[in-house]
This record gives sequence, C-alpha cells and structure tokens, in this order.
Amino acid sequence: MMQVVYEKTKGLTDKQTHYCPGCTHGVIHKLVGEVLVELGVLGKSVGVAPVGCSVLAYDYFNCDMHEAAHGRAPAVATGIKRVLPDHTVFTYQGDGDLASIGTAEIIHAAHRGEKFTTIFVNNAIYGMTGGQMAPTTLIGQKATTSPYGRDKATTGMPLKVSEMMATIDGAAFVERVSVHDVPNIRKAKKAIKKAFQVQIDGTGFGIVEILSNCPTNWGITPVDSLTWLKENMIPYYPLGNFRTPEEGK
Amino acid sequence: MSKTLMKGNEALGAAAIQAGCKYFFGYPITPQNELPEYMSRELPNIEGGAFVQAESEVAAINMIYGAAGAGARCMTSSSSPGMALKQEGISYIAGAELPAVIVNISRGGPGLGGIQPSQADYFQSTRGGGNGDYRHLVYAPATIQEAVDLVMEAFDVADYYRNPVIVIGDGMIGQMMEPVEFKEQKKRELPAKDWATTGTNGERKPNIINSLALDPAELEKHNQKLSRKYKEMEEKEVRHEDYRLEDAELVFVAYGTTSRITRNVVDALRDEGIKVGMIRPITLWPFPMAAIQNVPDSTKALLSVEMSEGQMIDDVKIAIEGRIPAYHYGRSGGMIPVPEDIMEKAKEILGGVK
Ligand SMILES: Cc1ncc(C[n+]2csc(CCOP(=O)(O)OP(=O)(O)O)c2C)c(N)n1
Ligand code: SF4
Ligand SMILES: [Mg+2]
Repeated sequence: MMQVVYEKTKGLTDKQTHYCPGCTHGVIHKLVGEVLVELGVLGKSVGVAPVGCSVLAYDYFNCDMHEAAHGRAPAVATGIKRVLPDHTVFTYQGDGDLASIGTAEIIHAAHRGEKFTTIFVNNAIYGMTGGQMAPTTLIGQKATTSPYGRDKATTGMPLKVSEMMATIDGAAFVERVSVHDVPNIRKAKKAIKKAFQVQIDGTGFGIVEILSNCPTNWGITPVDSLTWLKENMIPYYPLGNFRTPEEGK
Repeated sequence: MSKTLMKGNEALGAAAIQAGCKYFFGYPITPQNELPEYMSRELPNIEGGAFVQAESEVAAINMIYGAAGAGARCMTSSSSPGMALKQEGISYIAGAELPAVIVNISRGGPGLGGIQPSQADYFQSTRGGGNGDYRHLVYAPATIQEAVDLVMEAFDVADYYRNPVIVIGDGMIGQMMEPVEFKEQKKRELPAKDWATTGTNGERKPNIINSLALDPAELEKHNQKLSRKYKEMEEKEVRHEDYRLEDAELVFVAYGTTSRITRNVVDALRDEGIKVGMIRPITLWPFPMAAIQNVPDSTKALLSVEMSEGQMIDDVKIAIEGRIPAYHYGRSGGMIPVPEDIMEKAKEILGGVK
C-alpha cells in the first residue's frame, strides 16, 4: 500500500504559479491555503489580490477572489466583509501596495476594526515593476531608484508597518514573522492561523507581516537571499507579536 | 401613494433604499452631505444593511468594488473633486463588469472650485474620467421626482448590464425641496448574479472579480465584449424630452437645472412669437444623437445652454455634423444663467442666421 506523506493543499488551485525560482511568495501562498483548509473556511472565503508580483494570486487561491487596484485591497475587503459578515475575508499585499500607495486604506481598515485578515509580504522592494525602492527598503540597500543605496537623508527610514499597526486599537492581532527557514515557516503558519482565528471570532482586524525575499531584484541567488533576509532584514524588522487579543476577551 | 416634500439629496437616498440598496460607502463633501447622512440614519435599521464613512473617495469607490463583487446593491455619492478621485475605481468596476450606482452632486471647478451648482463635470462623466476603453450610463434628472425615478431604475440598469451607472445632479437638485412620490417601478428581467464572490461552498469553481488581462488578444476580446454592451445601451437606453419643437427655428439643448430655466425661456420667447423649442437630454451618455439629428426642418440653429464654459456643445456638434450651426451659452463657477441673458443670446443668433 502506498501511503500519502505529502499532498498539495486544497487551499490552492492546480495552476502553476509564475513566481521566480526561489521566491518565497509561493511558500506564503501555501501557508495561507493550508490554514484556510485547516480552519474549515475555504468554501466561505473571499480573498483580495493586490497589484504586485502576487497580482495573479486570484488564480492560485482555491476560493472566490477579487483583484484590487494597487493599494486598495483593504477597502475592497471592507466592502466584501460588510456584505458577507459571516465569510472569511483576506487581503494578500506586498510592501509597495500596502506600505506606500495603500497606507490610508490599511490604516483605516485597521482603525475601523474591520474583521478581515491581511497577509503583508514585505520583501523590501517593488518586485513586479523591476526592483524600485519601497518604503521598506533598508538603508544602504540598492534598488533601481536608489542606485547608490537608500539614503536616510533624502528618503527617510524604512517604514515599520507592524510597529505602526500596533498603535491602532482596531488591530486586534499584529505579528511579524519570516519565511527564511523551516522553523520560521512553521511559526509563520501559526501566526497566520491565529490572525484568521481572530477574524472568525469576530474580535477585529488582523495582520501578519511576513519578511520575504526577492532574489531576482535583489540580484542574488535564492539561497543567498534567505541569508541576506536573516542578516539584514530581521535586525531592523524584529520578529514577534505586537498585539494579540487577551485570553477570554 | 401620497407625495412627500423632500430635499433632493435625501430623496436620492430614500429611492436607493426603496430599490434594495443596503450598502453605502461615502466621504463628506458639499453639496451632497445630506445623502450619506440620510444613509447613516437609515441603513443600520435595515437587516444586514451597512453604512461606512470611508477614509477617502478612493477608498469608498473601492469598497463599492468589493460590495458589488460580493453581489450586493450598493451606492456611493460625492461631488466633483471627490468624483475625480473615484475615477480609478469606476474604471475597475467597468472593467470587472460590476453593477453600482454612483451619484455626483456636482459643483464648480476646476480644482477645489466652489460649492455652488455647476455642470462642469459633463466631460468627466461622459468621457470616462478613468483609464481605458469604457463607458457608463449617465442620468441627469431635472426634478427631484425624476431623480427618484432614475435612481430606482439605475439599480436595475446597473444589474442588467453589469456596469456602473452615474446619476448626476448639481447643487440645486441636491439641495432644493420638491414633492416626490415613490412609485412602484417597472422591473427589468434581471440575470442571476452567479458571478458574485459569495464563497464556493466547495460546490463550484472559484468566482473571480478581475479587470486584469495580460494577454493583449484576451484584453481586446474583453474590450470588444464591453463595446457590444455599450452599443446595446446606445440602442436601448437613450432618454430625452422634446419641448415645443414643432416649427422651431432655434432649438435649445439643456439638461438638469439649466433645462428648467430654459423651459421658461422657451415659453417666454414663444409668447413673443419667436419659434423656439428645447431638447432635454435625460441620459448624457448615451447622448440623444438621433433627437438632435431629427430637429424639424424649420430649425436654423442649435443653442446648448450649460452651467459650464462649453462641454455638452461638443456632443451637440458631433450629432448635427455641421448641418446646422450650433452655439453655446454658459455660465460657470456656480453662476446660474438668467432667462433674460439666454433670451438675448437666442435673439442674437436668430438675427444672425436669418
Ligand atoms: C496606480 C498604480 N500605480 C503604479 C502601478 C505599478 N505597480 C505595479 S506593481 C507595483 C509595486 C508592487 O510592489 P510590492 O507591493 O512591493 O509587491 P511585490 O511585487 O514586491 O511583491 C507598482 C508600483 C500600478 N499598477 N498602479
Ligand atoms: S520579482 Fe521578486 S518578488 Fe517577484 S516573483 Fe520574482 S523573486 Fe518573487
Ligand atoms: Mg515588495
């Protein structure tokens, strides 16, 4: 008898993704898909894809999906959730999408305590448009619009989204995780599951910031990109929980 | 049913609710505030209903994109500068083929402009203020009763075509009070919203609300499909009113508030024995081209009367194809044309073309 030891989650469709080799967008998709299945909500889930490398996420998640305008996913999710309060609604957004053009939408969705979940993929770069500087690009990091390395004097410091979200009362769950190695991938999944649970419990808005890579635009190999993430991103973007609902509340 | 005296903005809200609208997303801006205020009072009392004051017009229209995609009847409203911000979302809504009703109680521009009545958003609403090849119906009521009737119909039309519909009024329509009656509307046969994102329940393939098509051939096919829909609207949805057109030598073209003033001008000039009439577009898009083309043989000139420096006049000229001279008379910035000035302009033109 053959025994199944590993199976692709039903939370994802059979479409082959378009992500570059070694890109962790794929890992994050898998985690979200698994969580939706494990929580038993896939059939009543509605996701919102961003504009960014994950723009085609609407083809990959095996549930109803919207493709939003750049940065507007939290507003779109607000509209969906108000119409379908018993459904599970999530946005999947990059750092250009969420932390630049869509800052107003994410802050106010959290501020209103909208009961949906945001998966925020921070790869410190604009992947899709070819590696321009993002608000989250590290100081000294080279990007196509910061060719000499990001300069604090003219571009400010990288935006710490989780820390900022943690100041908003409507954000019931805020956690930053990473997917650069297996133990961290496991932790990331736990955080994603908690964030969705907070939504299911009706407690408030939840966001998981996931430090991710972009070997293509960072100009390094996939393996080196994971080391680079660990050595450069985590010191500036500390991992951990910033907000969680109190037990029993 | 009896008539009630209602302010335009509130009547628009009441009509929407009557038509089954349960969700409203908006951002404050004068002179349309009474509409969201009304909705914030009424919608929470309706089961499942919700009012959300969005952080911006950009957010409000994207909430509409979400709510409409989830299958709900929903509405947003704004005024000119806010409508400018909504154009991104309107383009996406048209591209993704979602039904929505959007009210513009317009004001003077450009820029922050002013808050007095204006018709300077004609281009913005009829030309597609957002990006890409798209169209949508634009209803321009001239009375509050007509505004109520058109809003109710707009929801059906939006559902029927899966396309956004704009109802445009100026500050006058929004702010004045008139008696209105909420009449039972003729209902259209509407297709089921089997495309809505209401959850697969594990029983069907995922529904996807989307306007992205990276393959140019696929996008062109989508655009051609949209075009066929817009053609159908041009064939079936044009609305206008003819007023005292028979043997008219000069035909005014005016909509909304200016059509009310122009109607009085027509009567006053007719009293003086001057043969004039009026075509009143009720849909600004599709524009009543045929009505303009079919003016009586007696017509020597057309005069577009607008609260703008000259926008609808372009459509009048496109319609008449140079066969008859077409003129424009307009006031702008919130200034309202006075009958005497319109009469003088008409007489000047008639003197000139005689
Ligand atoms: C209104 C608008 N402005 C700009 C763009 C171009 N654009 C597409 S993706 C993108 C950046 C995406 O970066 P990010 O959100 O970090 O996602 P990533 O590709 O890195 O995953 C930009 C600027 C757009 N599509 N729409
Ligand atoms: S460009 Fe970067 S973020 Fe985008 S798919 Fe490739 S590696 Fe991933
Ligand atoms: Mg990015």
